[in-house]
Amino acid sequence: MADMKVAAYICQGCGLGERLDTASLAKIAQKEGKAQVVREHPFLCNAEGVAMIRNDIDNEAVTHVMIAACSRRAKTEAFGFTDVAMSRANLREGVIWIRPDDEASRETTQEMAEDYVRMGCAEVKKMKLPEADPAAVTERRVLVVGGGISGMTAALEASRAGYRVVLVEKTGALGGWGARLYKRSPSRSPYADPQDTGVDAMIAAVTSDGNIKVYTNAITSKIEGAPGRFIAEVSTESGATTTETVGSIVQATGFSLYDANNLPELGYGKSANVVDQAGLEALARAANGGAIKRPSDGGDVKTVVFVQCAGQRDETGKHLPYCSGSCCLTSVKQAMYFKDQNPDVDTVVIYTDLRMPGNGEDFYRSGQNKGVTFTKGKVSSVEATGNTCKVNFQDLILNDQTAIENADLVVLATGQVANSGVDVDAKLKAEIAAAAGDNTLLDAWNASQAEGAVKPISVLNLAYRQGPDLPQLKYGFTDSHFICFPYETRRTGIYAAGPVRRPMDIIQATEDATGAALKAIQAIENAALGRAAHPRSGDLSFPKVRIEGCTQCKRCTVECPFGAIDEDEKRYPLFNQSRCRRCGTCMGACPVRVISFENYSVDTVGSQIKAVDVPDEFSEKPRILILACENDAYPALDMAAMNKEVYSAWVRVIPVRCLGSVNTIWITDALNSGYDGVMMLGCKHGEDYQCHFVKGSELASYRMSKVGDTLQGMGLEPERVQVFEAAITDIERLPRLINEYSDQIAALPPSPFKGF
Amino acid sequence: MSIEKYRKNFLKEVEERVEEGQWVKMCMQCGVCAGSCPFGPHWEHTPQKIFMMIRAGKREEVLTSDSMWMCTSCYNCVVRCPRKLPITHIMHGLAYLSKREGLMPKNQPTAQFGQLFWDNLTKNGRVNELKLSLGMYFKDGFSQGIKNAMAMQSVGMGMMKAKRLNPMEILGGHGIKDKSGFSAMLKKAKELEDARRKLA
Ligand code: SF4
Ligand code: SF4
Ligand code: SF4
Ligand code: SF4
Repeated sequence: MADMKVAAYICQGCGLGERLDTASLAKIAQKEGKAQVVREHPFLCNAEGVAMIRNDIDNEAVTHVMIAACSRRAKTEAFGFTDVAMSRANLREGVIWIRPDDEASRETTQEMAEDYVRMGCAEVKKMKLPEADPAAVTERRVLVVGGGISGMTAALEASRAGYRVVLVEKTGALGGWGARLYKRSPSRSPYADPQDTGVDAMIAAVTSDGNIKVYTNAITSKIEGAPGRFIAEVSTESGATTTETVGSIVQATGFSLYDANNLPELGYGKSANVVDQAGLEALARAANGGAIKRPSDGGDVKTVVFVQCAGQRDETGKHLPYCSGSCCLTSVKQAMYFKDQNPDVDTVVIYTDLRMPGNGEDFYRSGQNKGVTFTKGKVSSVEATGNTCKVNFQDLILNDQTAIENADLVVLATGQVANSGVDVDAKLKAEIAAAAGDNTLLDAWNASQAEGAVKPISVLNLAYRQGPDLPQLKYGFTDSHFICFPYETRRTGIYAAGPVRRPMDIIQATEDATGAALKAIQAIENAALGRAAHPRSGDLSFPKVRIEGCTQCKRCTVECPFGAIDEDEKRYPLFNQSRCRRCGTCMGACPVRVISFENYSVDTVGSQIKAVDVPDEFSEKPRILILACENDAYPALDMAAMNKEVYSAWVRVIPVRCLGSVNTIWITDALNSGYDGVMMLGCKHGEDYQCHFVKGSELASYRMSKVGDTLQGMGLEPERVQVFEAAITDIERLPRLINEYSDQIAALPPSPFKGF
Repeated sequence: MSIEKYRKNFLKEVEERVEEGQWVKMCMQCGVCAGSCPFGPHWEHTPQKIFMMIRAGKREEVLTSDSMWMCTSCYNCVVRCPRKLPITHIMHGLAYLSKREGLMPKNQPTAQFGQLFWDNLTKNGRVNELKLSLGMYFKDGFSQGIKNAMAMQSVGMGMMKAKRLNPMEILGGHGIKDKSGFSAMLKKAKELEDARRKLA
């Protein structure tokens, strides 16, 4: 890059000119900020203002632009200069909108603005224009693992969008669960009758599609690489192994039914007349439209009882704790198998709650119309004797312990268990639980490691340092940022689709797989350009390591939430750029600070912290540093400003990519420079986390829990550094929180480090 | 008729013999009717329960319940039922079946009033208000009747002043012209209804 030339632009629009002394801001940019070009403008974001900046870049060789105007989240199109490094001093949302417009506040408001100008200049000088990974390449093929309805849908959708697909199916035939059904629940209006599964047509479409290469009886025995350049070994049962290069992966490995053998109290295994839903589908396929016969003796079926939630929504800890969300639909459909064939067959569905997603309500009504009886109750046991069963249950409406005698067939609605492979965090979770005093997980883990124990089988066999499969979220379902970005897993470029991600029915799985196919395509195209995937989509910066300084402590490797970092043969961290989401957690973790981004680094933030003019201890003007997550907390502060909420003039806010990217050096720097307090605002962590980077805020709060020692070493009060959880909706709460914190800090004696 | 539990026999009977009975199977047991009925806490079974009992085959308990007799036809439940069941009509239909089967609860005031009204009406082809009120007051014996009549005295006087109540009607009152035609009409209507509802 040519010589650095910094230009600072100070806007006077939106009331900035009236509220602030922009001339003195300009002087500060020039004198302290060392900007070579400094211009004030009455309305910077209008065509003329933008043209002025453009002209400076094109004709004055300006390489670094500092815009002191509105929030970096506003006017991104007007100020979208992609060919220069750029910083924004937030004078509108960050200063004039959150301060009262009165004489008494004028001085402190001006001081705030001056600091933000200093910070903006300091930041931009440490920034470089990010250049995409020069090594970016991409293979435009999608690997789909699993050939059921979800997998086939993903393959067909990707193919229709013009991408080639490698489809790997473990069994000898495509179709998965779908192929084992007699019919499916309806997907079309009027949602009244069971409908043809359409699986045969789908299989035909897949096998005749020139874009789709199908392997059956095959597994992915090894996958290495990163988005754009995955190398997958596909091994078939015959022992042959083929290597396929692909750009991204969709895992659609579906579910297994919860094993009904765990439910002897419901008669399973005691009589052939007690079946699970898969068993009933088999009977219906065999009958193929004729009357379904009693399995024990081939007798007529006069009464069928459907037991909902069998081994599900269980509170005893013995069975599945969750609802599979699809088995109610299935029971209605299966009851119709009987009713449509012979309306005189009694079909009773015993449920505690009926879950009918989407247009399932219409299907339920149709079932009622056809005369299926729905009874709210809880089945306690099924006594299977001879050719009939007695179903004992509590009628929850009539509050009656009662029974249905002489049922010819009992169908248990057992649930979906994800086929998600190895739980890569099992040991970690077990250790955390054990540390909290619960040893059950750890015992289970140890037992699973014992000689001869059945080891879970990996699905993907990723050659990642972090383990062979996608991390699991809950109850064994694969990872998903379930709140904001459900397709995203913590392994970039690998998308989970269908019931492996959460329990679901065919309609949902089809939608899910379609979405995952599009995400897979997006990952391929991002990889081609060296751009980040969500949530910093399009970001061209990526972590660079000064490897000579690395002490091989492995913190970055361990803490990266996305498993982006492997180790090379000399045990140095090996960054896979296209796996990286640019969260900066590695940068925050690195104790020797050798990891940085071109436009976001220990220095870009550190220099802002140091640029602030900290008043001396006699001025009674405390200074508080706020490090705010740019995904939630910072936008919430901007919105608070729009609502003209007022907060303290003592604070200086710096947005960070994620609290996970906060390096403790920033805290010590701030305290050493005489700040009186440091406030960190990040997303909720834990089980119902909101963090865009899943683990970032959790790691931050863990790291900060250790800051206490540093504070003690410096002789400072522990409340000088605090982490708060913030959500994007905390528009009123955050200003309040800031004011409370600043009152708390103002009540302490001034920091003894001022003036050093 | 033998009724098996949770099988459809009684539901089938209700579908055939009760007005709007074919709706009972569409109830989704949400309980909105039970929560909407002003009589909720005062009677044996809410409509929700009645419908569940029908599906559970509890014929005797349903037909002897006082619930159908307590219904005031306020239509709150009908307005609110998410499944649009004509609940009020079903309640009346059930009451009719219960009476036909001789299962209605003893000394149920609404049922008693209904009977009085019917007898009063069919006698002369029009309602004799005076006799109907007196019949109602004195249904629980003479002294209770006097008390009831005293309590309602001012209402009665008012009605008389407004010419809404004629004391002379005590002497038998006037009827319609063609009494026998009227009886024949009622008889025919009953026959038709019974045939339609298979109640004969
Ligand atoms: S979908 Fe229905 S049967 Fe299945 S677990 Fe949920 S409530 Fe129970
Ligand atoms: S921690 Fe974040 S920035 Fe660092 S390598 Fe991992 S994903 Fe990329
Ligand atoms: S409101 Fe309607 S659907 Fe709900 S319980 Fe009553 S009758 Fe049934
Ligand atoms: S119409 Fe009858 S059952 Fe319905 S809310 Fe009114 S009183 Fe209750």
